[in-house]
Amino acid sequence: MSELSVNHLLGIKYLKKEDIKLIFKTADHFKEVINRPIKKVPSLRDITIANLFFENSTRTRLSFELAEKRLSADVINFSAASSSVKKGETLIDTVNNILSMKVDMVVMRHPNPGAGIFLSKHVKASIINAGDGAHEHPTQALLDSYSIKERLGGVKGKKVVIVGDILHSRVALSNIFALKLQGAEVKVCGPKTLIPKHIESLGVKVETDLRKALEWCDVANMLRVQNERMEISYFPSTREYTQQFGLNKKMLDSLNKEIVIMHPGPINRGVEITSDVADSENAIILDQVQNGVAVRMAVIYLLASKIKQ
Amino acid sequence: MSQKVLLTSKEIDIILHRLACQLVENHTDFKDSVLIGIQPRGVYLAERILNILQKEYKLKDLKLGHLDITFYRDDFRRSDKPLEANKTKIDFVVEDKRVIFIDDVLYTGRSTRAALTAIQSFGRPKEIELMSLIDRRFSRHLPIQPDYSGRQVDAINEEKVAVNWKENEGEDVVYLISK
Repeated sequence: MSELSVNHLLGIKYLKKEDIKLIFKTADHFKEVINRPIKKVPSLRDITIANLFFENSTRTRLSFELAEKRLSADVINFSAASSSVKKGETLIDTVNNILSMKVDMVVMRHPNPGAGIFLSKHVKASIINAGDGAHEHPTQALLDSYSIKERLGGVKGKKVVIVGDILHSRVALSNIFALKLQGAEVKVCGPKTLIPKHIESLGVKVETDLRKALEWCDVANMLRVQNERMEISYFPSTREYTQQFGLNKKMLDSLNKEIVIMHPGPINRGVEITSDVADSENAIILDQVQNGVAVRMAVIYLLASKIKQ
Repeated sequence: MSQKVLLTSKEIDIILHRLACQLVENHTDFKDSVLIGIQPRGVYLAERILNILQKEYKLKDLKLGHLDITFYRDDFRRSDKPLEANKTKIDFVVEDKRVIFIDDVLYTGRSTRAALTAIQSFGRPKEIELMSLIDRRFSRHLPIQPDYSGRQVDAINEEKVAVNWKENEGEDVVYLISK
C-alpha cells in the first residue's frame, strides 16, 4: 500500500493497520531527513496549511509548524484568543474565511469532541485533528507507537499500561485504538473516578494498583492529571494521587525488569512522575518529541499527496 | 506488448568495465571523489562500478552513498501513482568533494534535476558528474547530459527501457519494451 485509506486524519478509529504501517515507513525517511545538516525538503512548496488552535498548546503546535516548514509548506497560524471567534463567529464561517484565502489543509485543535469530524463534512480541505476535547489526539498516539517500535523493535504483543487521568485524556483513547490495532495488550491504571465506565469494551483491562500494573507491563505511559478539565474533585488531594499513582525512582528500581517510560507532556514533575524517573535512561520522553516531527511530516505528506491539483 | 534485447549480459559487462575505466582516468585515486547511487535503480549500477573499482583497480576507501530523490521530485501530486520513498544513506560529507551521480537510465533529466537539489542537503560539492548506463538522447526535458554514458538509445516516449540486474531480476539484460 502506498496511499492512505483516508483523506483526513480525524482519529485513529478511522485508520486501518496498513495506514499506520505506511505512516511509520514514511516517518522513517523523514527522521533521516530531519537529522541532515539541511533539514528541509521541497515536496509541499505549493501547499498552504492553516494551524487553527482553539485551545492552548505548545508542543503540538510547534511540532506541527516545524513539520510543515520542513516540508516547505506555507504556514498560517491562528489562535482563538486573538481572533474573531471571540466576536461570535461560527467555526464553519471562521474556517471558510480562511479557506477562501486558498488554504489546502487545516490542522485543528478544538475543545469540543468531534469538531474535526464536523468540519470535514462542511469544508473543502484536508483536516488533521490535533486534539478535540477529550476525544482523540491521533498524531500523539502515532508518535507514541512509533517511539515504542523504535525502542522495542515492534508494538505487536507488547504490554502497555496507560496511567493516570484516563477520563479526560484524548491521548489515552487514541493510544488505546492505535495499540489495539497493532496487536498490543493494553491496561489502564488510575483512580476509579478517573477511569471511564465500560472502558473494557475497548478491549483493555483495568488495574487500580500501580505496582501490579508496572510489574506486568513493558511500557508505562504516564499521563498528566488534567485539572483544567475537572469541574469537580476526582481524588482527595494531589499528594494522595502522587502516593498512589505517581511513579518514583524507588518503585522503578524495585521492579524485577526494565520498563520503558513515556509521557506525552507537559510533565507535572513530582505529581505523576518524579524528576529522576523523567530524566532516567528508561524514559523516552524526548525521543517522543523528536519522533513527533517526523511522524507529523509523514501524515502531512501522505494526506497532501491525496489533494489533487 | 513486445520487447527487444538492447544489451546482453556480456555487452553490459564490457560497458561496466569501460565506465569504471573512464572514472579512474578522471579521478585516479578517488581521494576527493564519492559515488552516489540514485535510488531506487541507480544503486545496483553504483554497486557494480564500486566492485570493479575495488577488485580490478585495487582502490581502497571508496565511498558510496544512496540518494533518494522522492521528496525533491517536481511531479508530487501530479502523477497518477503516489510517490514512494526509498532509503537515503550517505554517511560522509560531500562538502568540497567530487560527486559522481550514478543512475541506470537518463531519460527526461528530471530525476537528475531532483538529485542536484537533494545532494545540497548534505553540503556543497566541488563538482558533480553524471554516469548512466542508458542515455535516452532526444528525450530530454532539461539541459542535462551525462559525463559517462554506457549506450545511447533512440527510443520514442511510448517505449520503455528496462534495466534488469542479476541481483534483483536474476539476469543482466536491458530491454526495449514497446506497447
